[in-house]
Amino acid sequence: MHNRLRVLSATAGFWLTLSGAALGQDNPDASPVWRAVRADLFSGMPIAPAADVLVLETPKRAEDAAIVPVAIHAQFPQRADHYIEKLWLIVDNNPSPIAAVFHLTPQSGRADIETRIRVEQYTYVRAVALVDGKLYMAANYVKASGGCSAPASKDAAAARATLGRMRLRADEIGAADQPVLAQLMISHPNDSGLAMDQVTRTYAVPHFVRTVEVRYEGRPLMSADVDFSISENPNFRFFFVPGHGGEMEAKVVDNQDLEFTASIKFDPARRGAVSTAR
Amino acid sequence: MNSRPRSPAARPPEPGAAAGLRLQLGIAALAALAWSGAWAGSAKPAFAVEKAAAGVYVHYGQQEEMTPANAGDVANMGFVVGERCVAVIDTGGTRAVGRMLRAAIREVTPLPVCYVINTHVHPDHVFGNAAFLDDHPEYVGHAHLAEAMRRRGPTYLRAVLRDVGSPAEGTTLVLPTRSVADTMRLDLGGRVLDLRAWPTAHTDTDLTVFDEASGVLWLGDLLFVGHIPVVDGSLQGFIGVISELKSIPARQAIPGHGRTDGWLGALAAEAGYLERLRTDVRAALAAKKSLAEAVDSIGYDASEAWLLADRFHRRNVTAAYAELEWAQ
Repeated sequence: MHNRLRVLSATAGFWLTLSGAALGQDNPDASPVWRAVRADLFSGMPIAPAADVLVLETPKRAEDAAIVPVAIHAQFPQRADHYIEKLWLIVDNNPSPIAAVFHLTPQSGRADIETRIRVEQYTYVRAVALVDGKLYMAANYVKASGGCSAPASKDAAAARATLGRMRLRADEIGAADQPVLAQLMISHPNDSGLAMDQVTRTYAVPHFVRTVEVRYEGRPLMSADVDFSISENPNFRFFFVPGHGGEMEAKVVDNQDLEFTASIKFDPARRGAVSTAR
Repeated sequence: MNSRPRSPAARPPEPGAAAGLRLQLGIAALAALAWSGAWAGSAKPAFAVEKAAAGVYVHYGQQEEMTPANAGDVANMGFVVGERCVAVIDTGGTRAVGRMLRAAIREVTPLPVCYVINTHVHPDHVFGNAAFLDDHPEYVGHAHLAEAMRRRGPTYLRAVLRDVGSPAEGTTLVLPTRSVADTMRLDLGGRVLDLRAWPTAHTDTDLTVFDEASGVLWLGDLLFVGHIPVVDGSLQGFIGVISELKSIPARQAIPGHGRTDGWLGALAAEAGYLERLRTDVRAALAAKKSLAEAVDSIGYDASEAWLLADRFHRRNVTAAYAELEWAQ
């Protein structure tokens, strides 16, 4: 009896939170934040289930709420007459719910995107796709907490020393029309500034990536509008069609107007590429 | 899977051995009094302090997560008594635990506490600091400790208050007043402690304390015994620092969690876990596995029987992956 009482009193707060969250878990449309974001972004447009358009992969429970892997897998190839044009990544219960908006092109080959996000509270994570003027959505419930308010950077001094370091790389190239997976990483705190300095009682200066632009063969390939809901050291996997080969350029701009660039030349004859990342 | 040698099991000290002299102090009564309001009828373990060597005392914390029942007493801590004053090494997870430690010191010596040394920034090692404010000691830590406390402090404090509840009352951050950039010697009066700041390993704030007189080496969370090693700094750095620790001529070592008579063996077991983690994550990266795939597929040697693996192993894999993917 003593034990049961102790468990109740010590964890009452936890269970209250959980039951509230569980209610939210049953009905993805019920979230008031989602209703507001939906009205704001999509003003009344119907949104269909994503079934044949995309699949959203997230862990049920995050190991580290500041580095939650998210994968969006497109269910059909990008074609000039039929392609996923935009992808929104939304985390209902984050301080900044719209984690990313990706702009994709037929040159992507596949509209798949993988990245990592911070999750502040138990929440729905949503991927919304725009295809031929229509909207489709997948929503997964993710159990994680504290990802946005978590202390940044395991090694603060090292992070300062490597700010802006980038890696741009891609898998081996096969056929000219076969989409190839590429990855862009940038060393950046991607910090919201929401944490308060204990001593000065002031808030940290926000320092986060705002835009990512990737061009291939001189044309836009993929771009993203992002903010601090993306994890520290923003990391993106995406596809491109190699064609005859050419240069891929990535430009990252942050909220302090710092710009970082990297480029990589593809030579299909050599099936590989040389990266010139800073 | 290769069969790996079983890691040396941590054994309690043998009766009669110098390291095993157990002092049951009057703290038991004090503890019961302090917590009786919340714990009427339930048996509470006494705040036991053991004599590791002449003038060197250790309290071994619980090998579990912070809860109201343990009041945040989940890491090791202790003190060294010189002729002039006392140095405290880590203070537990709440002010209440720090007060238990302070009362234990008073049972042993009336000498003032001149130093409170934190081995690193984690909450279970620093949140008892406030219990010593009235002693006006120097609070000593790694050169990076102050900044780390400022950045991580609010999150840690919220977590402690949430996980421990009312026994955490009065717990606040106390920042270091003296910082160790490389090495520092502290004289307690005829007794010198050698402090050493390490490059990023378990955290970016790791500090060890070596008592020259007894040969006792306080390793903080650079050594985990029983409790699964936690990577919250740099996996590569952690492996590198472990290989340097081996050459310190210590007669015995106090880990941050758990206990051991054979510290070199315990260090080897810890290195085994970390090196295997590094090997497995590198293989996953070479096979172009995503972070999610790596976390789902990389296990650890079950025969190593680490405690709290459910809580920390997959998080270690995440941290290792995010670190090692830059090295590819």
